[in-house]
Amino acid sequence: MDEDDRRTHPAWATLGRLMHHRLFVLGVILFAIVAIAAILAPWIAPTDPNKLAMRFKFRPPSEEFLFGTDNFGRSLWSRVIWGARLSMLIGSSVVVINAVFGTLIGALAGYFRWLDNGLMRINDALMAFPAVLLAIAVTAVLGPSIADVIIALGLVYTPRTARIVRASVIVLREMEYVQAAIAAGAGHGRILRRHILPNAMAPLIVQLSFLFAVAVLTEATLSFLGVGAVPPTPTWGNIMAEGRQYISDAPWIIAIPGLALMITVLGLNLLGDGLRDVLDPRLRIQP
Amino acid sequence: MLGVLFRRVLGALPVLAIVSLITFGMIHMIPGDPAAAIAGMSATAEQIANIRSDLGLDQPVLDQLWHWYVNLAHGDLGRSLLLGIPVMTATLQRLPVTLALSAYALVLTLILGLGSGIVAALKQNTWIDQAAMVLAMIGISLPNFYLGLLMIILFAVDLGWLPTGGYVPLWQNPIGWLATSTMPAISLAMLLAGLLARITRSTMLEVLRQDYIRTANAKGLPRRQVVLKHALANALIPITTVVGIIISLLISGAVVTETLFSIPGIGQLLTQAVLSRDYPMVQGGLLLTTALLVLINIGVDVCYALLDPRIRYDG
Repeated sequence: MDEDDRRTHPAWATLGRLMHHRLFVLGVILFAIVAIAAILAPWIAPTDPNKLAMRFKFRPPSEEFLFGTDNFGRSLWSRVIWGARLSMLIGSSVVVINAVFGTLIGALAGYFRWLDNGLMRINDALMAFPAVLLAIAVTAVLGPSIADVIIALGLVYTPRTARIVRASVIVLREMEYVQAAIAAGAGHGRILRRHILPNAMAPLIVQLSFLFAVAVLTEATLSFLGVGAVPPTPTWGNIMAEGRQYISDAPWIIAIPGLALMITVLGLNLLGDGLRDVLDPRLRIQP
Repeated sequence: MLGVLFRRVLGALPVLAIVSLITFGMIHMIPGDPAAAIAGMSATAEQIANIRSDLGLDQPVLDQLWHWYVNLAHGDLGRSLLLGIPVMTATLQRLPVTLALSAYALVLTLILGLGSGIVAALKQNTWIDQAAMVLAMIGISLPNFYLGLLMIILFAVDLGWLPTGGYVPLWQNPIGWLATSTMPAISLAMLLAGLLARITRSTMLEVLRQDYIRTANAKGLPRRQVVLKHALANALIPITTVVGIIISLLISGAVVTETLFSIPGIGQLLTQAVLSRDYPMVQGGLLLTTALLVLINIGVDVCYALLDPRIRYDG
């Protein structure tokens, strides 16, 4: 590939349009701040997030304690940064689960008519539950570990992803080039992999970026309610739940992790909006 | 119209059947012995055996399933382990509280969401439009319990205008109800108002580009009449479809909002049930709430068909 080819390649054109989308760039920056903090946690927050130091308790944010300390004198800087690591871990795991199983279920249901009815009824049933309620009930059943929270969120949100993939596959299956490939004797696997799924990627990518935000938010909600990862695990929801008691004396215990959560969700929402505008302008706002 | 209703109810039946099957299966997904998990760490073998026979867990699974459906047909969802009363009674006691709060939040959502969406569309690409959309984006990205906590810090702790939580029934003291419900309702409504504002704006923009709007403007009709009668009436049809989603999100949001503000609704009931391993309550509450949502969605679809004469769900 020489210089010219690279510049005219469609992927570069898309990237160029994304870089001109100001809100997308803002979203990427906000998300990158959190992601980089999460990756660099052992270096930028070397203090153990669970290290107790009662003599330092309830210190407001200062030079010594950037984000202040909590009721046990734990450094909120460490707890919030390590909390970012857990949020990113859970968010990206849920995205991977959705990308794999959502695509698989959506492609099978959209492509093989005889599978469609059965798969989509189960899908509809899972989507009929209020999302947070189902997630809470599943963690109640499985247990309150990080792995169980990931499984619960995967179960709650994969049907939504499957439905989006299925909608694209149904449209693409009827396209003439796909019909031509079938007539030429291509196998189902090859048609799905080579001809249908690559063209179904745009709505999927948009969905996954919003899903990342929703997963981070729902995880925080679960741990805030006390049904997520068990304290003293430093998740943003846990920190805020513990800070509730001291809301009038030490409001920073709640305000700072909440702000981190909001920056993450806002960044991902802006990023998702930008991707949708550029990759798939036909898509409307998806709640 | 009856045809639409019939078709939608018929379509909902398999969904409800699978929903009830999933809720039934939940107790069997508990790793290890469900009876031991319910009884807790300090339970004796005898207590565990009692729970097992009370819940029928000692019977074959198919028998349990049969009893589950027979009891469902009688409106019997079992007994809450924590409260000692039937799950149905506990849910119905709490339901009005959640419905009143949700209705309040829905009214706020419609006023804020529709209002700002319409204004943003009419003033497209001005600072008003941009400000409205920035606010909508913040509303969507602000976790409802964080907004609730910030409001508690500001309005309850610092200013002392509103109570930090608690609940006064609407029919006993409407003023007290407003005082205790306003912060929870706002924290619930912000996300939904943001969603609705964005959808309303894009739908309105699409409608305003139509030829008949240009015709109406060219005829010299007053702007107000064009916007309200020609544009909004048609924009409302696609907006109706998201009302179902909004109501589902309201119920999800109520779980955390009720817990945060100590409001004794269904959300708080279910969170307590989960925390105290009251599985019959979790199963029954989840099933009833979901069934209610399915019914509401059927209602929304019927309204949709009533609003839009083109939709007949035929063929």
